Amino acid sequence: MTTYFTEEHEWISVEGNLGTVGITDYAQKALGDIVFVEVPETDTYAKGDEIAVVESVKAASEIYAPVSGEVTETNEELEDNSALVNSSAETEGWFFKIELSDLSELEGLMNAAAYKSFTEALD
Amino acid sequence: MSADHSDELKTPLYDLHRKLGAKMVPFAGYNMPVQYPLGVLAEHLHTRKAAGLFDVSHMGQVVLTGTGADKWLETLVPGNIIDLKVNRTRYTMFTNEQGGILDDLMITKRENDIFLVVNAACKTQDIAHMRANLPNGIELTELNDRALIALQGPKAAEVLARFVKGADEMAFMEFKIATIMGAECFITRAGYTGEDGHEISIPNDKAEEIAKALLAEIEVEAIGLGARDSLRLEVGLCLYGHDITQNTTPAEGALMWSVGKRRREEGGFPGANIIMSQFKSGSITKKRVGILPSGKTPAREHTKIMDASGNKIGEITSGGFGPTFGAPVAMGYVKPEFAENGTEVFLAVRKKLIPAKIAATPFVPQNYYRKK
Repeated sequence: MTTYFTEEHEWISVEGNLGTVGITDYAQKALGDIVFVEVPETDTYAKGDEIAVVESVKAASEIYAPVSGEVTETNEELEDNSALVNSSAETEGWFFKIELSDLSELEGLMNAAAYKSFTEALD
Repeated sequence: MSADHSDELKTPLYDLHRKLGAKMVPFAGYNMPVQYPLGVLAEHLHTRKAAGLFDVSHMGQVVLTGTGADKWLETLVPGNIIDLKVNRTRYTMFTNEQGGILDDLMITKRENDIFLVVNAACKTQDIAHMRANLPNGIELTELNDRALIALQGPKAAEVLARFVKGADEMAFMEFKIATIMGAECFITRAGYTGEDGHEISIPNDKAEEIAKALLAEIEVEAIGLGARDSLRLEVGLCLYGHDITQNTTPAEGALMWSVGKRRREEGGFPGANIIMSQFKSGSITKKRVGILPSGKTPAREHTKIMDASGNKIGEITSGGFGPTFGAPVAMGYVKPEFAENGTEVFLAVRKKLIPAKIAATPFVPQNYYRKK
C-alpha cells in the first residue's frame, strides 16, 4: 500500500487499483473543528471534480477528486462523528474509496516526504 | 502563512493572546484572536457551561459630556435615552435618513456623562457622525486609553464577584464603576453571548494584569472571535455589517423592541418617518428571521432562500453550526409573507436545495441574570 498526497491537502492510499481518500492532518488543523462532511454519491468522477465538502465551524471547504474513478464506498462513521476527521484525519477519518480508472494519474502526486516539505514551505 | 500584519492595530492584550497560543487574524483593522488552542467548538461550549474571557478592546469606547447630551443623542438614535436611569445600559442604533442602520451600540447613562460602546468596524464613522452633529456645550471623548473585555457564562458573575464585591448582585444591563487591582474599571452586566456576565472597561496599562488574574480562576478560559460569533448567532443577536446594515431598517431587522413607546410616538430620530410607517403598516419588503436548516449542512452567509416553487425569497446573513444547539442555525431576511415561524423554505447550498424552517430566536435559551 502506498500513500500519495495532493497540493489540495488530500491523501490517497492505494492498494491495487483501489484508493482510500481523506484530508491530511495538516488540513484538519487548518480547518479547525469539523462539524459536517458531505461525502460523495457512489458515482464516477474525473480527477479535479468537486467530490466532497468539509464544513468546519469556520467555513465550507471543497474537496476535489485526486484521481479519476468510481466511488464504491463512503465512510458512514463520519455521518454521526465528523470529529473523527480532527482526531484521526489520515486513518479512521477517511472520506471515500475510489476504484482508479487511470493509475498513471498517481504519478503527479507527492509522497509523504515531498508533502511534508510542501506544507513546511506554506507555514 | 507568513502574512504581513504590520499595518494592523494591536489591543493591549495582544502579547497575552500570543502567549496563550491564539491563532491571530485580521478583524476590523486589528490583529485579533480567532481561537485559542482549545478550539472554537470547545470554547463555545465552555462559555455556555462555565465562563469565557473575550478581548473586545477593538470596539470603540466614547464618552459624551455636557448638559442635555441624552436629549441630543436621541436625535441620532431611536432608543429612549432621556428616560434611561443613571447607571443603566440600553441597546440602540444609529440610523440614517432612509431609516437604515449605521451601527448598533450600547449606551450607558452615568452620573455625569454618557458612555457608549460601538462596533470596531464602525467606530471611525460613528465618531465622525456624532462630531458632525455635535452641538455647542456637548463634548465627545474617545477613550483610546481603555481596553474592553467581556467575561461571559453562567459562572462569570461568581468569578467577577471575587474581584468586585457585589458584581453578582448587579441587575442585567446595570453599570457601575469599581476598582479592580487598583485600576478604575467600568463594569456593565451585559454581553454578546446570551449568557450572564459583564463587560469590563480597563485602563490599557492594567488590562493584561487583570485579564491574567481572571484567567487564573479555575472557571475561566480565553475565548476567541470564532466562538463569539457562534455564541451570538445561537441566541439570535445581530452582527452589524451582516444581519443589519445601512440597507436594513429597525422594522425590517425585527429590532423595534428596542424603540420605546415615547420614541415611536414622537419620532425625532433619523429616518423616523420611514421606520414608523414600515412598522405601523407592515409594508416592508423583507424581514429578519431565524432559520433552522434540516439535516447537518450548515448554510452560510449569502445562501439564497427559495420557496417551494424555486423562487428566491431571501438570503441568509449569518449561518453556521450551533455547538450548543447541536445542529446548523442561521438568520437572514425573507419576504414578509414567508416570515412566520414554521414556514417551510429551501436553502440553495452548493447544488442542493436543503429544506429549512423559519424559526423563533433564540435557538438556545438566553441565560441573562434576573434579580430574585
